[in-house]
Amino acid sequence: MKLIRYASIDGNSNGYWGLMALFAAFILAALGSSYFMEHNGHYVTGMTNQIVWGLPHVFAVFLIVAASGALNVASIASVFNKKAYKPLTRLSALLAIALLMGGLIVLVLDLGRPDRLIIAATIYNFKSIFAWNMILYSGFIGIVGVYLWTMMDETVNKFNRIAGISAFVWRLMLTTGTGSIFGFLVARQGYDAAIMAPMFIIMSFAFGLAFFILVMFATYNGTGRELGDAIVNRMRNLLGIFVAAILYFFLVFHLTNLYATEHHGVEAFILRDGGVFTNLFWIGSIIIGGVVPLLMVYGPFCKKSRKALAVASVLVIIGGLASMYVIIIGGQAYPLQLFPGMEVSSSFFDGVVNTYSPTLPELMLGLGGVALSLIIVTLAVKALDLLPVSLADSVADPHHKD
Amino acid sequence: MVSWFQKNLQKSMLAVSVLLLAGSVNVNAEVAAPVVPKGKGEQCVEPTGEMRKNHMEMLKHQRDETMHNGIRTKKHALKECISCHVQADDKGQVARFGEDGHFCSSCHNYAGVNVDCFQCHADRPQELIGKGHKIKPHHTANFNDASVNKEALQALSKVSK
Amino acid sequence: MKTDNTTDTSKRKFLGGAAAVAGITIAPGVLLQTVQAKPDDQAVSNKVRWGMLIDTNKCADGCTDCVTACNSEHGLAGHDRPETDTQYIRKVTLKDKQTGHVKTLPVMCQHCETAPCADVCPTGASFKREDGIVLVDKHICIGCRYCMMACPYKARSFVHEDVYDQKDHTPRGKGTVESCTMCVHKVDKGENPACVTACNKEHKAMYFGDLNDANSEISKRLKEHGGKQIRADLGLNPGVRYQGV
Ligand code: SF4
Ligand code: SF4
Repeated sequence: MKLIRYASIDGNSNGYWGLMALFAAFILAALGSSYFMEHNGHYVTGMTNQIVWGLPHVFAVFLIVAASGALNVASIASVFNKKAYKPLTRLSALLAIALLMGGLIVLVLDLGRPDRLIIAATIYNFKSIFAWNMILYSGFIGIVGVYLWTMMDETVNKFNRIAGISAFVWRLMLTTGTGSIFGFLVARQGYDAAIMAPMFIIMSFAFGLAFFILVMFATYNGTGRELGDAIVNRMRNLLGIFVAAILYFFLVFHLTNLYATEHHGVEAFILRDGGVFTNLFWIGSIIIGGVVPLLMVYGPFCKKSRKALAVASVLVIIGGLASMYVIIIGGQAYPLQLFPGMEVSSSFFDGVVNTYSPTLPELMLGLGGVALSLIIVTLAVKALDLLPVSLADSVADPHHKD
Repeated sequence: MVSWFQKNLQKSMLAVSVLLLAGSVNVNAEVAAPVVPKGKGEQCVEPTGEMRKNHMEMLKHQRDETMHNGIRTKKHALKECISCHVQADDKGQVARFGEDGHFCSSCHNYAGVNVDCFQCHADRPQELIGKGHKIKPHHTANFNDASVNKEALQALSKVSK
Repeated sequence: MKTDNTTDTSKRKFLGGAAAVAGITIAPGVLLQTVQAKPDDQAVSNKVRWGMLIDTNKCADGCTDCVTACNSEHGLAGHDRPETDTQYIRKVTLKDKQTGHVKTLPVMCQHCETAPCADVCPTGASFKREDGIVLVDKHICIGCRYCMMACPYKARSFVHEDVYDQKDHTPRGKGTVESCTMCVHKVDKGENPACVTACNKEHKAMYFGDLNDANSEISKRLKEHGGKQIRADLGLNPGVRYQGV
């Protein structure tokens, strides 16, 4: 295998600056939205005392989950010693950091008191999984940062493997932690399942990889660097496996829930009677985010097509957002069962299915998080030697025969 | 350990804010000393100098004691400060927090130090609620619009001596 | 750390060191509540556990006296936006699907012994006082709303817009979470919570007292007639108990 040469991109094209301007515009819109929400109070959003976490949290959790998944490529290379993925480890680590930052900023800007972030950063209630997550998040950025350093600096390269393993372990903890945020809410029927944490891990694999594929395509196409089939096909296969695994986990999740009588209500709600949530689940998560991408990855017509893989990645992301919406908001829409077996009503929306209509500022805040992640990547590929000059098959594939 | 960290963090933040204040030295000092409205009592619960320097510490200590331990002594309670220091003027008007006529903001506006108390606490004694100025959005000064200078700081320490 | 060396001694002398005893007499010779006032400078202790008992058989359909009393006690004026306006206490109507029997009862923060809200709160703003009252320290609440997600009783509200001219015993402001305080400011003075006082005027469906004191009215009643927990399956041992559900 040839020595891999990395170089930053020039980043002077109109396309580059156009992208930057686009992302910057979204970030500004997000800041404006956040100011609007904080200044008036959250009543201007679709969030209420019933649906306390809304669209911003859908985006935030999605990005945080995707972040740990974006590290996959690097992990496969460093931890499992698969040489073929080596050339892309740098981008993988950087994308992980960028996605996490994007997710966190959305979470922070949606707080009731974002001005008190310093409190969140200095006072911890160690019983709170949320507090643990803050430690996990900052730790992730630190560890992956060091990991990236060991990749890029010859002098510390000998620590690469140990850093890679630490990052791998940490990211598993991080996703488990994120999943547990919901797993701990025992009173909410929609979340009360041990399978939540592993399901989040498998979702992270797919979402992160989808982002990775898109960023890889964008940079290699944009800069005219060579990208061989070998690497693309590996990604294609991986994505297929992850998407299939998500579908399998959905199946197990809902089957086990159907097994327990007390969960029949919430299951019927998500799978059959939930209106927008049911639609999002079947059309968004299952068809758009699962079945169609699978066909595009494995189907005979699309098998060789890069466009198909790119579209499949976009669909996985859309499907992923739909899944998060169903989990986070659907779980709150279904009423808390205070008095099982009784018909309940009150002035405080007891016993009714809660409705949520997201507002523009919430959407812009969420999209701003995505834009922040992407602008970090766009800046970094210009500033740092993140990407191999060529990913032609002769470089990327150790078993390649000319 | 945690509280140790907090304490030090607060100290360093305080240090930073003092630096910020000192850093923005303004040469043509024409800032008039703040006019601090008079309270209704004869004497504050602590000597004036002590209050000026440490009122935030006392308030914070009391706040935690009341909140978490149910200690309801009055001496250092914000409620008592407000009920003595915030009074109606000759026209029967009571200034809102944020307006220069309000006891707390008379200095805080001047020094450009933001406080967070009145997002949750009433800015006037209960019996004066409904009297005086109509509700205005809280104006909270921040470091950026503070034009604090050395002379002003000196003037500040001379006020109501 | 617990002792406050700035205690107000004059006040203490004024009280003569003796704890005042407050009681509500509803009819000659019938003392419904006996709650001991705590000296101002004394920290709350876990010797007491404040609790409430609600006899749903006496709770009248259509009566909202407790709710009204709570709203005025805490200054909870709404903005006519029911989905975002705060409610500390609400009347819930139950209809048995089988028999069609209808019942109403007030639900508020249940002051759980193992409070999920306090467990999940990242900053420790949600906490349980030594005497079992669960509160939000709004000084350190960041408004993440995780506690609202965790509360099984839907007891919490997020302050969705600016608040002015608050009651001085119930500071509350935009961007933080709040819930029933069990009228901690009254309890510390030896008084009953506002809802209990209001209910006692006519229907007498609510009792307040020390669950740790075997001789308190509430403990005696609980011992004699029992008292159910809402969602007992969660094992949270709430301080609010119900009879007749
Ligand atoms: S009822 Fe809800 S808010 Fe009250 S203590 Fe229990 S979990 Fe916390
Ligand atoms: S909203 Fe406030 S009280 Fe509730 S969990 Fe967050 S910080 Fe704690």
